[in-house]
Amino acid sequence: MGKEKPAGKEKQPTGEMLQGTLDMLILRTLVMGPAHGHTIAHVIEHTSEDVLQVEQGSLYPALHRLEDRGWVASEWGVSENNRKAKFYKLTAAGKKQLHAETHRWLQVVGAIGRILGEAAEYAKRASR
Amino acid sequence: MSVRRFFRRRREDAELAEEMESHLAHERDENLARGLGEDEARRMAALKLGSTRRVREQLWKQNSFPLLGDIYRDIRYAVRTLARTPGFLIVVVLVMALGIGANVALFTVVRSVLLNPLPFKDANRLYSLYDHDTDGKSADIPGSVAGGDFYDWQQQSHGFEQMALYKSYGFNLSGQSGQLPEAIVAGSCSANFFSMLGVRPAYGRWFLPSDDRANATATTMLTWSLYQRRFGGDPAIVGKTILLDEKPYTVIGVLPSWFRYPDERTQLWVPNRVVLPADMMEMHGGDHTFTVIGRLKQGVTPVQAIAQINAIQHHLHQQLITQAVSDGADMRPMIDDLVQDVKTPLYVLLAAVGCVLLIACLNVANLLVARTAARRKEVAIRAALGGTRWRLLREQLTESLLLCGAGGLLGVFLAVGAVHWLKITRENLPRANAIHIDLPVLLFAVGITLLCGIFAGIVPALSAANKKILSALQDTARSVSGSQSRATLRKVLLTTEVALTVVLLIGAGLLLKSFLQLRSTDIGCTTNNVLTMSFVLSDSKYQKPEQVASFYEQLLQRVRSLPGVQAAGLTLAVPGSGFPGNLHFNIVEHPPLPKGKYIYAMMGAVDPGYFQAIQIPLRKGRFFTDGERWDNDHDAIVNEAFVRQYFPGEDPLGRHIHTRWRTDAGEEYAIVGVVGDTRYDLAKQPEPTMYFPIYDGNADAATLVVRSQHDVASLALPIQKQIAQLDPDLPVYHVLTMEQLIGRSTQDASFNATLVLAFAGLSLVLAAVGLYGVLSYLVTQRTSEIGIRIAMGAQRSQVLGLVLGEGLRPAWVGLALGLLGGGIAARLIREMLYGVKPLDWSVYAVVAVALALVACVACVVPAWRASRLDLVRALRAE
Repeated sequence: MGKEKPAGKEKQPTGEMLQGTLDMLILRTLVMGPAHGHTIAHVIEHTSEDVLQVEQGSLYPALHRLEDRGWVASEWGVSENNRKAKFYKLTAAGKKQLHAETHRWLQVVGAIGRILGEAAEYAKRASR
Repeated sequence: MSVRRFFRRRREDAELAEEMESHLAHERDENLARGLGEDEARRMAALKLGSTRRVREQLWKQNSFPLLGDIYRDIRYAVRTLARTPGFLIVVVLVMALGIGANVALFTVVRSVLLNPLPFKDANRLYSLYDHDTDGKSADIPGSVAGGDFYDWQQQSHGFEQMALYKSYGFNLSGQSGQLPEAIVAGSCSANFFSMLGVRPAYGRWFLPSDDRANATATTMLTWSLYQRRFGGDPAIVGKTILLDEKPYTVIGVLPSWFRYPDERTQLWVPNRVVLPADMMEMHGGDHTFTVIGRLKQGVTPVQAIAQINAIQHHLHQQLITQAVSDGADMRPMIDDLVQDVKTPLYVLLAAVGCVLLIACLNVANLLVARTAARRKEVAIRAALGGTRWRLLREQLTESLLLCGAGGLLGVFLAVGAVHWLKITRENLPRANAIHIDLPVLLFAVGITLLCGIFAGIVPALSAANKKILSALQDTARSVSGSQSRATLRKVLLTTEVALTVVLLIGAGLLLKSFLQLRSTDIGCTTNNVLTMSFVLSDSKYQKPEQVASFYEQLLQRVRSLPGVQAAGLTLAVPGSGFPGNLHFNIVEHPPLPKGKYIYAMMGAVDPGYFQAIQIPLRKGRFFTDGERWDNDHDAIVNEAFVRQYFPGEDPLGRHIHTRWRTDAGEEYAIVGVVGDTRYDLAKQPEPTMYFPIYDGNADAATLVVRSQHDVASLALPIQKQIAQLDPDLPVYHVLTMEQLIGRSTQDASFNATLVLAFAGLSLVLAAVGLYGVLSYLVTQRTSEIGIRIAMGAQRSQVLGLVLGEGLRPAWVGLALGLLGGGIAARLIREMLYGVKPLDWSVYAVVAVALALVACVACVVPAWRASRLDLVRALRAE
């Protein structure tokens, strides 16, 4: 018997994270300059003060997807500790995408924040 | 996902592995720097990265086209499933191959013969014009125009760019350097004929107006086949002379090999006026034997063009009211002229094979439904595990598409063979040389294969996909009523199958009966041990009637004295050999006919011994005598049809007819005898006929008829030797026994009947297989129910009846529907029927009985098996 596809949609690559946010974070990281996968993972973790735990493996399919869309470009190089590594850098299209994504993200966050703010107010009053 | 990545998946994967390896190394370095031990550093790094395999798999998936991969997997899966039941596989593929092959072959023929334009320049603007009497009595056949009419049309009408006329002609081609003389069919045409059609000669030139004059040097154009056959394919023949009817003709050109018009038999072409007398070219009332082809002007509609021609012809009719001139004209596309006789039969055959294919499809669908039913549980389990409906449907489709694809591939090979066979056996098919398999035909093959695959796949798949999973799984527990809905679907398919089969059987039955009627039609003379052979005396050698008559007399004397010859005679045309032509006449003793009205009778010329030789009975009066020769021919003999039509209730003997048999002024003949009717074509009613003495020397074409006690064919050679002694340059053609001659005229009917019967037989087998399959399935489904019935005391015979009734119901319904459909189909093929009414009850009865018998046989085996069920095993069957 052939293998069945699981019933649901493709599993979200970042697991804990919201769809698309990992892409955005990667692009943001690359604004600082070309980096390889290991660096990107670390930067995301450290900058977020370890709130966002990237399951490091899931980074790679995301990187390839971004490359397919032409937002990042890659080439093999030598890393700071003298190891062979694949370096990714932001393309012009990637910059534009990052800008748009960030804008959209802030809008969504703002909206959600306003709703949650009201809810928090209500919860406070109710508990009194 | 990108196409580039799809094809580089392996390299991408390797790169990714390397990339992650580098990631691990970096992490490890970091861990080491933090002071962890070597092993711990590696472990923590691996832990943090997670499963590299999973990432690689994910990327692999990301990089592939899911559909493509799935299709590949579906195909592999289907192949494995199918290979598990090779018997099923072979049967289905063969059935589909036969169905598709037959369809492709017939489509090839229909396309090449009926649909493709003629290979001439702007063939869609070429029309064939013919005389058309407004009373509707004219035959509306090509070759019915008088030469004089044509010139008036050409000069006075404005709807045509060009018009050309031609007629069929016959020559004796003399043998050169030891070759035998040969009688050939030729065409005589106006000078513009080939330039109008746009046929460029392969060698030499085409006719010029200066060639088409009575006093011009005689010229001829050879067809490619004659050029190859008689002149060794040597282009040097252009400019040389050949002898036609012992007259020299200069070969000016050779026609290209594809040019075979109007048929294969026409071997060379000459200009009209070289061979035809001037008065024949100009006359309006006499000879109507020309075919006229016109090229419509651009922007002129056929209706406008023919309206003008019609008006011209009507005017001519009124001007020349004393002559037999048609009072109108009509036209149709040139291609219709060529193919009119085969159009209906070909479309009927195409419809028949279409039915066969549909039946084959239904059968495959039926078999697939059975397989689906058997695999219900598997399917249900997979659906429960999350197999989507589309996914399961796709598997079904893949399976049936694979089956049909294999069938289609095999079918195309079969079609290639069938087309080849058709071209050989049906040489008389118009445009047979143009039949070939080309790209559109192959596309057609691919198209119907896909269609079949989708049809056969989607029917069972739909029924499989929408069933409740739960009920299927529960089925295992104990099913007493089986899966009713699927059985219903199968029954509907079966009913359709049976109905189509009945339609085919009825069509086949009617055609077969027509053929048998045709074969048993009394042609009016004996056909037993009669040999016929024809010849045409050349004008130049036999200029005077006396020469013709003396040749005939000497020939008969010599032949009659040959050992083995019982009787011999000469005639213009033997029965069954086609229409020899007719003459208009009037009866002297009757009041004159109104102006513009004419009566016609078929003409014949015979020697005194002919009627006895071929055993046409004398009803009244006497035969001709030896003394009636040259211009001493004052007597005529008529047939019974003539008497019925023109002398009803009257004694024709001693009456006189006036007609233009020998001279343009006409002569008077006394009727001295009445003979039995004969048919010029088996499928046609006897025509009123008048016979004149052949010794008057008027007819230079004749057929020799020889009757013998036994094995008359062995006389052919000695007789031909006698002819060669009398005239070594005289070719003899159509050396045939009467049986062969009649066989030729029935071969089309026999061909059509045989083919349709074969298709109907195939359908019947398929339907029987379908019935058997469905009932066997039902019985298996209901094993435990039947077991319970038997346990409760049902008699075996009751069980038998129950199952039989169930299985036969689709057969009865299908039969009823099929009889209805057959009645409709029979009306559509009416013009192919002979001596059989479309609603001939005997055919319908035989078909019904045959189908009932086959259905019973197909059903009785599973039913009997059901009634013999072992009780214990039946109850344990689950």
